Amino acid sequence: MSVKRALLRSILLALPMVISRAARKDRSVRTLLGARDAVLQIRLRDGSTARHYVFQAGRVRGVAGAHPAPDGEMVFKNVDVALGMLNPKPNYAVLIDAAKNFKVCAIGDPAVVWFGQLMNAVGHAGWSYGIALPDGARRYTNLTNGGPIHVDVKDGRVVRTQPIALQPEDAASWEITARGRRFRPQRKSLVSPHALALKSMVYSDKRLLYPMKRVDFDPNGERNTHNRGKSGYVRISWDEALDLVSGELRRMKTQHGLGSVAVFHPAHHQWGNINYWLSALFRFSNLIGATKMGFSPVSWEGWYWGAMHHYGNNLRLGTPGFYGTLEDCLQHAEMIVFWSSDPESTNGLYAGFEATQRRLWAKELGIEFVHIDPHFNKTAQLLGGKWIPVRPGTDPALAQAIMYQWVIDGQYDRDYIERCTAGFDEWRDHLLGVDDGVPKTPEWQEAHTGIPAKDVRSLARRWGGRKVYLGAGGLGAGFGGACRSATGDQWARCMVQLMAMQGWGKPGVNFGNLQFGTPMDLNFYFPGYADGGISGDVINTASSFHNFNRMPHVVTMNPCKQVLPRQHFPEAIIDGRCSGQPWDGTSLEGQFPRYEYPLAGHSRVHMLYRYGGSSLGTIAHSARFIEAYRHPSLEFVVNQSIWMENEVQFADVILPACTSLERWDIAEAANCAGYMVHNQNQMNHRMVVMQHKCIEPLGESKSDYQIFLDLLTRLGMGAMFSEGGCDELTWCKRIFDSSDLVGRISWKEFLRKGYYVVPPDPPEEKMSVEMRWFAEGRSKDTPEPNPLPAQYPGDYGRDLPTQSGRFEFVPNTLRRMEAVDPSRPAVNRYIASWEGVGSPQFTRYPLQLLTSHPAYTFHTYGDGKNSALNDLPDHRLRVDGRDWWVLRISPDESARRGLIQHDLVRVFNDRAAVICAVDVSPMVGNGVVKAFESCAVFEQVSTPTGMVDLGGCLNLLTPSRTMTPTADGIAPNACLVQVEKWDRVVLTEA
Amino acid sequence: MSNSSKTWTLWVDTTLCCNCGNCVMSVKDEYVGNTFPGVSAPQPDRGAQWFRVDRHVRGGGSQLDVTYVPRTCQHCASAPCVAAGRGAVRQRDDGIVVIDPVAARGRRDLVEACPYGAIEWNDALQLPQHWPFDAHLLDAGMAEPRCVNACPTGALRAERLDAATRERRASEEGYSPLQPQANTKPRVLYKGIDRLKTVFVAGNVSARRGEGIVENLEGAEVVLRLGGGTDPVRTRTDVWGDFRLDGLSAIGQPYSLEVVHPVEGGLSQAGQLDDCAVLSFQF
Repeated sequence: MSVKRALLRSILLALPMVISRAARKDRSVRTLLGARDAVLQIRLRDGSTARHYVFQAGRVRGVAGAHPAPDGEMVFKNVDVALGMLNPKPNYAVLIDAAKNFKVCAIGDPAVVWFGQLMNAVGHAGWSYGIALPDGARRYTNLTNGGPIHVDVKDGRVVRTQPIALQPEDAASWEITARGRRFRPQRKSLVSPHALALKSMVYSDKRLLYPMKRVDFDPNGERNTHNRGKSGYVRISWDEALDLVSGELRRMKTQHGLGSVAVFHPAHHQWGNINYWLSALFRFSNLIGATKMGFSPVSWEGWYWGAMHHYGNNLRLGTPGFYGTLEDCLQHAEMIVFWSSDPESTNGLYAGFEATQRRLWAKELGIEFVHIDPHFNKTAQLLGGKWIPVRPGTDPALAQAIMYQWVIDGQYDRDYIERCTAGFDEWRDHLLGVDDGVPKTPEWQEAHTGIPAKDVRSLARRWGGRKVYLGAGGLGAGFGGACRSATGDQWARCMVQLMAMQGWGKPGVNFGNLQFGTPMDLNFYFPGYADGGISGDVINTASSFHNFNRMPHVVTMNPCKQVLPRQHFPEAIIDGRCSGQPWDGTSLEGQFPRYEYPLAGHSRVHMLYRYGGSSLGTIAHSARFIEAYRHPSLEFVVNQSIWMENEVQFADVILPACTSLERWDIAEAANCAGYMVHNQNQMNHRMVVMQHKCIEPLGESKSDYQIFLDLLTRLGMGAMFSEGGCDELTWCKRIFDSSDLVGRISWKEFLRKGYYVVPPDPPEEKMSVEMRWFAEGRSKDTPEPNPLPAQYPGDYGRDLPTQSGRFEFVPNTLRRMEAVDPSRPAVNRYIASWEGVGSPQFTRYPLQLLTSHPAYTFHTYGDGKNSALNDLPDHRLRVDGRDWWVLRISPDESARRGLIQHDLVRVFNDRAAVICAVDVSPMVGNGVVKAFESCAVFEQVSTPTGMVDLGGCLNLLTPSRTMTPTADGIAPNACLVQVEKWDRVVLTEA
Repeated sequence: MSNSSKTWTLWVDTTLCCNCGNCVMSVKDEYVGNTFPGVSAPQPDRGAQWFRVDRHVRGGGSQLDVTYVPRTCQHCASAPCVAAGRGAVRQRDDGIVVIDPVAARGRRDLVEACPYGAIEWNDALQLPQHWPFDAHLLDAGMAEPRCVNACPTGALRAERLDAATRERRASEEGYSPLQPQANTKPRVLYKGIDRLKTVFVAGNVSARRGEGIVENLEGAEVVLRLGGGTDPVRTRTDVWGDFRLDGLSAIGQPYSLEVVHPVEGGLSQAGQLDDCAVLSFQF
C-alpha cells in the first residue's frame, strides 16, 4: 500500500475522533452535530478506498466499506485529489479546480452542505475572539455604514456600541504641516449617529423574527395580488417558507423561462464583504439566473451623464479624484467654495465625522468659506462664511455668470487653457453671447437664480486668479445635491469647466472640501464591497481587477442578460416594457446605447426577489410602485428583510434576515472600491475590521448568506454556492488570506482584537496631488482606478482619456449625440429645469422641494424601526405621539399658510400627498422647502382629500422623468409641491 | 493636589457643536435597556431627553448664525435636587450627582427641583431620572463619559479639576454657567452662549455704477449708535459689502446706523433693537 493511500486511510479513520473532540470543546460544533442524522460517505472513484460515517443523535461513528445508500457522498477521482481536499488548511485553488472539473463529486446536497459546515465548525473549534471586560462582558468589533464600533455584550445581549479608540500599539497617525502649524487627527473612529443607534435597531420591535406569509396569499389558489400592502401576515416555519420560495423559483423556470425572476436589491445594506448585495446576493442570483436591476449612479448622476464627457474619470462616475488634496488645500488654498456641499450632514460617504476636524483646521488657518446652497446647511452653520442661497436647479446659470465675469475681467488661466484644454473659444463665445445673443452676465443669472448680480461679481472676483478649492457635492468631489436634478448634468459640467478655467491641479486649485486626501497607504490591499466579495461575479462587480486574482473561488455568471432599469420598474411591470441607458464606466460612450426590457425572446418578470425594503423612500416618484406591486402579472413577491418597513409590507412571503451584529463578516471602513475607488481616503486611519458575530441571530432570523444557502440547497446548488459548505467564518478567513493583512497581523490576533490599522505611507513617499501632473504637463502619477489604456488617445497615462486628450470645454462625445438628444448639447447651454420656477406646474405648486441625502440615517438605515434616531428633532418631530418626517420652511412661507412651528402639513402635488411636521426657520429661503430623502416608514391612509402617507416618503412626490432623454439619471431635486395645514381627518375603511 | 478634591467638569464649546447627535445617541445607547445598580435604572426606550441639543437661530436673509446648546444634568456643586432629595440624591466625591434609582422611587417632586429641567419622570418605573455622567463607566476606568468619547469636534470635553483650577480656566477660556441666575455652581460650563442673550446688527452696502449695475461696496465704515449714550461701535464692510456688529445686549433700545464711504458719502438708518436687524444700504 502506498504511503499516500495509508495517509488517506488514517485521515478517514481519525475523522470521527476529530469531530467528537471538537464537539466536546465547542458549542457550535455540538449544535451542528445534533442538527441532522445522516450517513455520509467518502470514497475513491475506483472503490478501492471507502468509508462511511453514521451521524446519529449528536454522535458519529465510522464504518469501513461502502454504504449502499448514503445521504451524501464525496467521491474523489484518486488519492491525490482526496488528500488535497481533506487537507485541514486547503489550497483553495486546488480545491476549486477539483470541484469545477469533477475531480470530486459531491452528491446529496443537504447532507453534503451540512457536512461541509460541520467540518468548517470543527476547524474553528477553540478559536477565541473578542476581549474580556472586567465586568464579565465581552468586547467585540463591528463595522457599520457609519464607521467602526466596539460592541460590548453581556449574557448574550448587546450592552453598548461605541467608537473604537486606537491604542498606542496601533499604527501611528499621519501628520501634516501647513502654514507653520502641525496637524494630527484624533485617534479614534469618528462615527455617524446611526452607528451609535445600532443597538436600538437590533432590538427594535419592527424586527422580523420568523418567516411570514400574507394571510390571503395561496400559492396553489387565489394569490390576491391586489391586496399587497393591505392584508396582514401569518407566521410560518422556515421549512414552509423555503419550500414555498424554492418551489416558486422552480415554477418560474418551468412555466415562464429565463428572465421571469427579478432580483431587486437596495443600493446600501448592512456592511460587510460577505453578506453584501454585491457578494452573497449576486452569487445567489447568478446561480438561479435572474433579471437584474439596471442602476444609474443615483448619487452621482450629473457627474456621470455630464461632467465625465469633458475630462474622463469614467471609472470614477465622472467625479474628480482627490489624492493629496488635504495637504495641498491646507498649505495653499485661500478659499473653499462649498457648492451644494454639506459634508457635516452627509458624512461624506460612509466616513462618519472623520473629516470635520480637518475643516476646523482650515477655519483655524483663516481659509475663507463660501456656501452655495438653498439651505443654510450644517456645514455652513459650523464653519460660517458667505451664504449664497441659490434657487434650486438654477446653479448652472450662476456658474456661467461667474465664468462670464472671469472672461470680462481676464481672471482665468490663459496659459493652462492653451496647454491643457480644447474648445475654449467656442465656450467663451457662448458665455459672451456670440452664438445666441445672450451674454451670461451676472444680471442675466439674477432672473434665474435669485442671487443679486453684485454678489456674483464679488464671488467671481474673490475666486478668479486666486487659490480656491471647489467643494462640489457632499464629498467635495461629487456626490448628491445639485447633481440630482433636472439640470444636474449641466451643473456638474459647469463645476469642471470652472476649475479648468482656473488651472485645475495647480497648487491650491483643486476639487475638495477636505473630506478626502489624507496621506494614507492606498497600496495596501483589502477588498471593498464592490470588489464583489464571494460573488464570483467578474462581470457585474470589480472582482476581476483584484479580488478574483487574490482569492481563488468559483466564478458565477448570470445566464440571463435581461436587465430592468430600476427607476422604470413600475412601467416594466404595469406596461410590460420600458427602456434605459446603461451604467457602463468602461468608456465615455458606454452610456449611449439604449437597452430595452423585455430582452428579445426572454420572459417578462413574474417573480420579484426583493432584498430589503427602501424603494418608496428612495426611488423617484415611488408612488408608481404601489400599483406595480399589486399588478397581477407579478405572481410572487418574496422579501428578505431585517425589519418590517417600507415596501416589505407588499411581499407575499417575508424571510427574516439578521443584522451585522448577528453574523460573521469582514470588511474595511468606508472601502467601497469599484466605481468609488479609494473611498476610504476620507478616513483618518485605514481600519480593517473583523465583524464579530456579537450575538446569536434574534428569533428565527438568519444571515443573508445562510438564507441563500438554505434556498439553494433545496434547489441542489447548496454545495456549489458554499463551495462545499463553507460557513461565513471560513469565508472571512479566505478574504483575510487574500489580503495584505497576511504578514501584518496574525489571524488569531485579528480575530481577538477585531481590527487592524494600516500605517500611513512615510512622509517621503507621499501621494502626488490630483491633476498636478496634468497642470505641469507630466505623465499621470496618481492612481488610475483600473487600467483601461484604450481610453487614452495617445500614450497610456499621458493627457486625459478624452477624444482630444485634453480637457474639452465642448466635448466631442456629446457633439456626436446632440442631434439625438438636443437637451444634452455639446455646448453646455443653460436649459431651465423642466420642473422649477416658471414651469407649467409652478402656478399650482409654487414651492421647490429639496430632498437631499439624510443627516442622521444612512438612507433608510437608521430611520423608522423605532430606532433612537427618531428622538432627534432634526430627524423626526414627535407630535401627538407619532414621529413625523421634518419639512423645513421659511417664516414667510409658513405665515402665508397660517402655520406655526411643528404644525402637521400636507405636502402634495399631482403625484401623491405626504404628511410632515414643519420646522420653521430662516435657514431656508422663500419658495423652497427642504427635507431628506430615504424615509423608511410608509403608512398610507385615506383622507377626504385622498390618500396620504403618514410615514414621510417624499419620493412619492418626486418626478420619474429622467434628466434628459439620454441622460437616464434621477432628478428628485426638481420637484414642485404645495404645502397646506393638515386637518388630521383620516377615513376609516368601510 | 490629590484626586479626591477634584470634581468632574464638562466643558461645552457651543462654537464647535454641529448637532451631529452623537452625544444624544451615546446616552440613549448607554441607558436604554441597561441597569447600573446604584447609578441608574433603564431609560425609557423612546422619548427620554436626559441629554438633548437645543437650537438657537439668529438673523435673517443671508446673514444667519445657529447655535446648538447641549443640555443635560449640570452636576451642580450646590445642587437643588440633592437638597430636596432628603437622601434620595447624593453627590459623590468626584462631584457627580446621582439620583438613587431605589431611594428616589416615587419622588416626582425632584423633577420640579431642577432649575435646568434636567430631571425627567419615568412613569413606568415611577422614578425621577437624569444623566449620571456615566459614573459607572468612570468607576470602571473609562477616561471620559461616552458623550465626550463620541463627540467628533471636541465640543464636549471632560476633566477632573479642583474648584480653583476650574474657575480660573473658565474665566481664561470664556466658559460660563448656562443659567447663572440659578446660582447652583454647575460643573457643566458653556462657551459661546453669549449668542443666546445678544443680538447683532448686520447688513450689506452697495452702490450703483450706472446702466443698472450695482456693486457691493468693500471698506465702507459702519458706525452703530445705541440709545443710552454708550460709545458707538464701528466696523467696515468686507469684500461682499457685508458687515456685522455682534454681541449687542441693548435689546429693546433705539439704534442708529451710519455708513460712511470716502467716495460715495454717507447713509443712515434708525430703528429699535428688538431682535437681530439685517439692513441694506445702497448709494
